[in-house]
Amino acid sequence: MYIKANRPCNESTPKNRSDDPDKVIALAGNPNVGKSTVFNALTGMKQHTGNWPGKTVVNVQGQHTHNGESFRMVDLPGTYSLLAHSAEEEVARDYICFGDADAVIVVCDATSLERNLNLVLQTLEITGNVVVCVNLMDEAKKKKISIDLPRLSELLGCPVAGCSARSKKGLKELMDQTAMLCRNPRRAQPAPVPYPGPLEEAIALVEPVLLDKLKGRLNSRWAAIRLIEGDAPIITAMERYLGCPLSADAALAPALDRARALIEKGGIPRDRIRDAIVNSIISRAEMIAADTVRFENAGYALNDRRLDRILTSKSTGIPIMVALLAILFWITMTGANYPSELIANGLAWVGDQLTGFFHWLGAPAWVRGILVDGVYKVVSWVVSVMLPPMAIFFPLFTLLEDFGYLPRVAFNLDRYFKKCCACGKQALTMCMGFGCNAAGVVGCRIIDSPRERLIAIITNNFVPCNGRFPTLIAIITMFFGSLALGFMESVVSALMLTGVIVLGVVMTLALSRFLSKTMLKGIPSSFVLELPPYRKPQIGRVIVRSIMDRTLFVLGRAVVVAAPAGLIIWLMANVHVGGISLLAHCTGFLDPFARLFGLDGVILMAFVLGFPANEIVVPIIIMAYMSTGSILELDGLHQLKALLVQNDWTWLTALCTMLFSLMHFPCSTTCLTIRKETQSWKWTAVSFVLPTITGLALCFIVANTVRLLGLV
Amino acid sequence: MAEISFPLSNLPIGSKAKVIDLNSDSPLKRRLLDLGLTRDTVVEAVQKSPAGDPIAYLVRGAVIALRSEDASNVLLSM
Repeated sequence: MYIKANRPCNESTPKNRSDDPDKVIALAGNPNVGKSTVFNALTGMKQHTGNWPGKTVVNVQGQHTHNGESFRMVDLPGTYSLLAHSAEEEVARDYICFGDADAVIVVCDATSLERNLNLVLQTLEITGNVVVCVNLMDEAKKKKISIDLPRLSELLGCPVAGCSARSKKGLKELMDQTAMLCRNPRRAQPAPVPYPGPLEEAIALVEPVLLDKLKGRLNSRWAAIRLIEGDAPIITAMERYLGCPLSADAALAPALDRARALIEKGGIPRDRIRDAIVNSIISRAEMIAADTVRFENAGYALNDRRLDRILTSKSTGIPIMVALLAILFWITMTGANYPSELIANGLAWVGDQLTGFFHWLGAPAWVRGILVDGVYKVVSWVVSVMLPPMAIFFPLFTLLEDFGYLPRVAFNLDRYFKKCCACGKQALTMCMGFGCNAAGVVGCRIIDSPRERLIAIITNNFVPCNGRFPTLIAIITMFFGSLALGFMESVVSALMLTGVIVLGVVMTLALSRFLSKTMLKGIPSSFVLELPPYRKPQIGRVIVRSIMDRTLFVLGRAVVVAAPAGLIIWLMANVHVGGISLLAHCTGFLDPFARLFGLDGVILMAFVLGFPANEIVVPIIIMAYMSTGSILELDGLHQLKALLVQNDWTWLTALCTMLFSLMHFPCSTTCLTIRKETQSWKWTAVSFVLPTITGLALCFIVANTVRLLGLV
Repeated sequence: MAEISFPLSNLPIGSKAKVIDLNSDSPLKRRLLDLGLTRDTVVEAVQKSPAGDPIAYLVRGAVIALRSEDASNVLLSM
């Protein structure tokens, strides 16, 4: 949802040590342990954090200064393990193994330490330079879980720091430990995990042969284990890193053969080596946890289970989900009305002053036209209509995210995605699409199966992003809210918007199914989703964060696109060829075609010109109408409605515009992101064409049915 | 002694059982192992989703949702 954070600063380019004096610290950890919160607190960066697994999909880097020393922090994607082979896990594993970081901080969740220790032990097997950060100590305290940190440090053989990153507690100690470790890197350390006898014997056989091949660049014990179990992808990565063959090596190959025979003789069949390895790690984690963690309250998760029973049960799960969405919209629309009007009036007043100022200057009319009627008016529309709903919707949505509700949405909807041969995690990427479709497309990396990921990418645009939300809200308020009176007006509007979103979800499912049956044939793959503990959202922080970062950032982008667009439209409306403006030429050309779909030439052209950013579609429509109409001042939705009605808008035009807004080609940024993510122009084209055809087809059916029935 | 085994997908909500094996030709195996579903781990079925599938299980203090065909690869004993 957060475009800034998705900037891939590093996609596995190992740094060049000679020209970089900073110590490099990698942050690893299971998904959803507050790793990004630790990262943000240390670097002052504002990577998006939410309470669900899979937010960090690329490495993000930031700077941290501790006692005058400078550190480069690298935030790795969250992983449960370094042995499996999902895309994120490979990124994390490759960085820890081959990234030459000076130290790795493994962030753990104090409330489920045992499972987190799996990753800690796996990391310790690769490098001794590990600092364990036990995060969420405050949550653990609330759940009456106590952790013996000194004992944990003793058992793991590495420094341990407890912290509560959300309130910035314990971070100084964490960095003290890290800085100390960087000054005195550890060369040799005791094996963090003991393996069963036959495996240990095999390791002892292979490790000495490996030592001079590795030249200290990789941990020999770890490399030996990987070679013995024959983990092909890791071995290939190691060979690439070392620049020499390993499994085919003349000295190594026989040693490996003997090692494997030894293991087989010891009673572990070839296909069970991996099980034995994982079992050893897990039992070690279990043993350490049993020695250091104390649950003073056995029913510590009871409240979470109760909440889950309400939020995900058969009878209430989906109704509550839809109701939550409707309430969110209701608050947004009701709350946005008044400030919108206020801002619009204020900006109109400024516009008048600007006009007066230009008169006073004696500037030529066209200069005033371009700057005030062109650039200023479009920008002020974007600000007054977009700012209030976004400033209300984003914080509310972020609260839900922080609370831990989004994974429950994926849980509730997975069955329907599975029926369409897609993945339930697609629901999470759709939620990201609410903010920005480009971010949603990047977020699709959380889906492991390439086929299901493509489906999620192609259909992400059926969720309206914040650029389209204000358009939908404005049209609904103008044309449909007024169907009811007073309080009910806002309720009807909210329900209508909820209906639009539900339609978007239905279309996503339908198109996912269509793709699964045609271009992307296949069966649903496996699905593993963690439902993290609910957490009390940090209300003040969330509001400030989402307004400052998300809202203003998106608004800034909109203004940047809107200003030149305003200029171009003004020019098009005022440059005449053969007595008719350029704009009228274009819209006139598109008009007959657009009418087939319940739109008109102006609306269709606005969507085409709005390709750089959906935010400017409505301003373009307004400018186009104003250039021919008689209304010169526009300070509020009432006048806007009057302007639209004057240009033959009916409720059908409004409906079709909304449908087309929900279902048309993605904006240019999203298209480029799709190209980057899929590495294919073909799938980018499909992502462009499919929603457009769907939208046009639906508009055509609706418009002509309504006309045939004589409803307008 | 032969154990009587049944798949995780048949575990009734609210009851617990011990893992005895993971179906070894399952591509999902590695992932399940990483989540801590090793032999002798106690699993509890905690919550069905609205459509009855997937089901959320409590494994080593974490709640993990699995689809029934994936969960059927995990064998339990009473």
